[in-house]
Amino acid sequence: MVESSQNDNIEILTYSEVEEVGGYIGNFEVKIRKKARLVDLEKCTGCGTCYQKCPVKVPSEFDMEMGMRKAIYVPFPQAVPNVPVIDKEHCRMFTKGKCSICQKLCQADAIDYEQEDEIIEDKFGAIVVATGYDLFDASVYGEYGGGRFKDVISGLQLERLISPSGPTGGHIIRPSDGKEPKNVVFIQCVGSRDVEKGRPYCSNVCCMYTAKHAVLLKEHLPEVQTNIFYMDIRSPGKNYEQFVQRTMEQFGALYIRGRVSKIYQRGDKLIVKGADTLAACQVEVEADMVVLATGITARHDSKEVATKLGIPYDEFGFFTELHPKLAPIETVTSGVFLTGACQAPKDIPDTVASASGAASKVAALFSSDRMSMAPLVSTIDTSVCSMCKACMEVCPYGAIQEEEITLRDGTKKKQLTVLESVCHGCGACVSTCKSSCIMLRGMTDEQIFDELMAVAQ
Amino acid sequence: MIYQLNANVRNFGETISELSGVDISTCYQCGKCTAGCPVVMEMSHTPNQIMRLIQLGLKDEVLSSPTPWLCASCETCTTRCPKEVDIAKIMDTLRILALKEGYKRKEPNVVAFNKIFLDSIKNNGRLQETKLAMAFNFKTLQFFKDMMLGQKLFMKGKISFSGDAISGVDAVKAIFERSKGFLDKGER
Amino acid sequence: MAYGYYPGCSAHGTAKEYDISTRKVCVKLGIQLEDVADWNCCGASPAHATSEELSLALPLRNLALAEKQGLNSIMTTCSACYNRLKVAHETVKESPETLDRINDIVGEPYNKTLKVTHFVNFLSEEVGLEKLKEKVVKPLKDVKAACYYGCLLTRPPELVTIDADPENPTIMDGIVEALGAEAPDWSHKTECCGASLALSRTDIVVRLSGEILKAARFADADCIIVACPLCYANLDMRQSQIASRHGVDYSLPILFISELMGIALGVNYDELGIDKHMVSAANMLREKGLM
Repeated sequence: MVESSQNDNIEILTYSEVEEVGGYIGNFEVKIRKKARLVDLEKCTGCGTCYQKCPVKVPSEFDMEMGMRKAIYVPFPQAVPNVPVIDKEHCRMFTKGKCSICQKLCQADAIDYEQEDEIIEDKFGAIVVATGYDLFDASVYGEYGGGRFKDVISGLQLERLISPSGPTGGHIIRPSDGKEPKNVVFIQCVGSRDVEKGRPYCSNVCCMYTAKHAVLLKEHLPEVQTNIFYMDIRSPGKNYEQFVQRTMEQFGALYIRGRVSKIYQRGDKLIVKGADTLAACQVEVEADMVVLATGITARHDSKEVATKLGIPYDEFGFFTELHPKLAPIETVTSGVFLTGACQAPKDIPDTVASASGAASKVAALFSSDRMSMAPLVSTIDTSVCSMCKACMEVCPYGAIQEEEITLRDGTKKKQLTVLESVCHGCGACVSTCKSSCIMLRGMTDEQIFDELMAVAQ
Repeated sequence: MIYQLNANVRNFGETISELSGVDISTCYQCGKCTAGCPVVMEMSHTPNQIMRLIQLGLKDEVLSSPTPWLCASCETCTTRCPKEVDIAKIMDTLRILALKEGYKRKEPNVVAFNKIFLDSIKNNGRLQETKLAMAFNFKTLQFFKDMMLGQKLFMKGKISFSGDAISGVDAVKAIFERSKGFLDKGER
Repeated sequence: MAYGYYPGCSAHGTAKEYDISTRKVCVKLGIQLEDVADWNCCGASPAHATSEELSLALPLRNLALAEKQGLNSIMTTCSACYNRLKVAHETVKESPETLDRINDIVGEPYNKTLKVTHFVNFLSEEVGLEKLKEKVVKPLKDVKAACYYGCLLTRPPELVTIDADPENPTIMDGIVEALGAEAPDWSHKTECCGASLALSRTDIVVRLSGEILKAARFADADCIIVACPLCYANLDMRQSQIASRHGVDYSLPILFISELMGIALGVNYDELGIDKHMVSAANMLREKGLM
């Protein structure tokens, strides 16, 4: 991100949201709400005095609520730009109407409580969607405590505990009592491959991140025993399988083939009741900490984003590509490309590959002023068209637009027209048109009849 | 052990699916049923093994297993199954089928208990606990089972030898006669 | 308006006190119960282990009778009966074809009009915790009462659950707290006691019930509160066997929820039938100043 922020050709709009998308490929008109961060981007030097002195503490979203942040804060240490934001919901200036400590202390005079959202309207040639994913909320697993047990944490929480910039400074301790865990259980497929919880798909990343966690845990705490309940180990990436084997052989992880039925608290221990289907028995582990390998879900607002962009999404809220094999980055809306986990659960190498693909697609698109495309597009015979607009409704690509033309006698007339760069030639409009005034180039009725005649001869 | 699998491997599973209304092929062998089963330590086959044996079409192995008879019908497996397989229902289906086809009773006491229990309802409309316990002990030759407990219960006025029958006994009897699947032909 | 009441077979035998105390408590609460006349056994687990049709037809006869009697609802105190009545009701509600088939077997038509409840959700939904609180005359101060739900009140959740969270139900806890007692969170709320194997494999029941008692003891409970005669039978009546088998005498009183309510609502101790228990609750109640 730092590198991108220093590139002259890249403008980063953080803390901003796309409100509306209009236009079409090469000519998108986008309305962006740049939210008021209440700190002047230009003036702020990133000195950090404001958030050091802010008196309000709020659970940190970035630390998975295991640590605290202030009401004025930088979301995470490497954030770009290194400019804090004021959380209006918790800032005393907004909850109680007084405080202004940060404003008084800011030497750059960057704090502006009056700042308002800014609306940016601009034209863009292409859109790359990279909105990412949400972590599955494991509290629906009542049998795993449903969030009641402090020492049952998610993989991402463990990630924060391991991180040197995390809430414990990289010291792996139990959230309940701050003790180092000695016996740790990992449960895979929490919110993945689980029809009952509405997540039948594989989240793709959990097998490998769990193996990584087991390795890191052993490196940090050499005495620790890791026990990993799994159904299948999915390690098809380059060198992945060798990594998993090393986790078992060199880092002493015990892989147990079976799911866990229940976790309960007994004193300061967590009793994990699982199965080992290979040994055909029940196993009980007295654990100090349990890490749930929670899966990937679509972002909570992915459907609204899809609606704004005019792209389809699947039953789980992941955006749908134009073709799963042959056009995995394109969408039905020309000029809108997908990358990363907003499309489907992806790990880092896959995400980097798809991002590179999307960038190349955009670069190719921008490399010339004209674009070449398949000639199979619809045309409307406006002299016959009754302007019922049924075609506009059925067009999945938004390729049919209403335009106003001036006739020779000076009168104005409205008519429909097909945006050739947007049309995919699906034919939906052709079969919908009651006055038969739409035709697909290269697939006219005459051409099809001729083909049939030729076949019949 | 070597199991010979032939082209009809799926027949038994399909029969069970049909009888129970539960699709056997759904089970992906995660073992969550076994993980939560309260009776698993008494079982020769764990619940997920029973599901697997059905998938493999090993009818004799399944229907002569004591596992379905040991199932306590607590439905923990069904409740937590990630594939929504009603395993408890499968256990019911296996019990019914094993009785119908005359497989050897690996848990004869359970079979005897169920029979005496239902006979009691059939004849009285309601269950008479005292008579049930006595008949069960007599049938399974455990004459002194729970005798101490019985004495204490008697002292507490909880034991009654008089009947608690209903006037609609005939209606209940008719229900038994009209209900299908009630076919215990004894061991073959 | 009278509520339909289905006592179940155990109410006439090993769980007499459950029936007695339920009726007393309902009088205190001003609730009129009307027994379903000529009710029959629900079939319990032997029925569904033997014939699916039988397992639906036996409970359905009771529902049909209650309907015929002009009742709108049917409440039972036994979790096993509740489970069978509710499963039958829900099954025929889902499938008109099954309803026709079972109606033919029963010989009395059931029109799916009843509301099937268990005493516990009857209390919290029909009576309401606020009203319950008002009626408390002897708050159960310092009583740590571990609520045991067992299997059949919560599973399978799509059909029978009386609580939104089948893994950690709290509906009974709410009632117990309304009475002024403390309901600890504990690990074995919904573990199985092995009821269906009570006579045929008593060894299993003794093991499973022993684990439940151990967990309740671990939670520092003064007593376990049950809402089912079968849970009660295993936890109370088998306690001496559990003691000789595991070498630990828990001496943990097992009380029906109606009995606990009776005490709090000011019903005379002698009228509740608590003295019929194998493990006496008298010492515990005396210690807490409730007797």
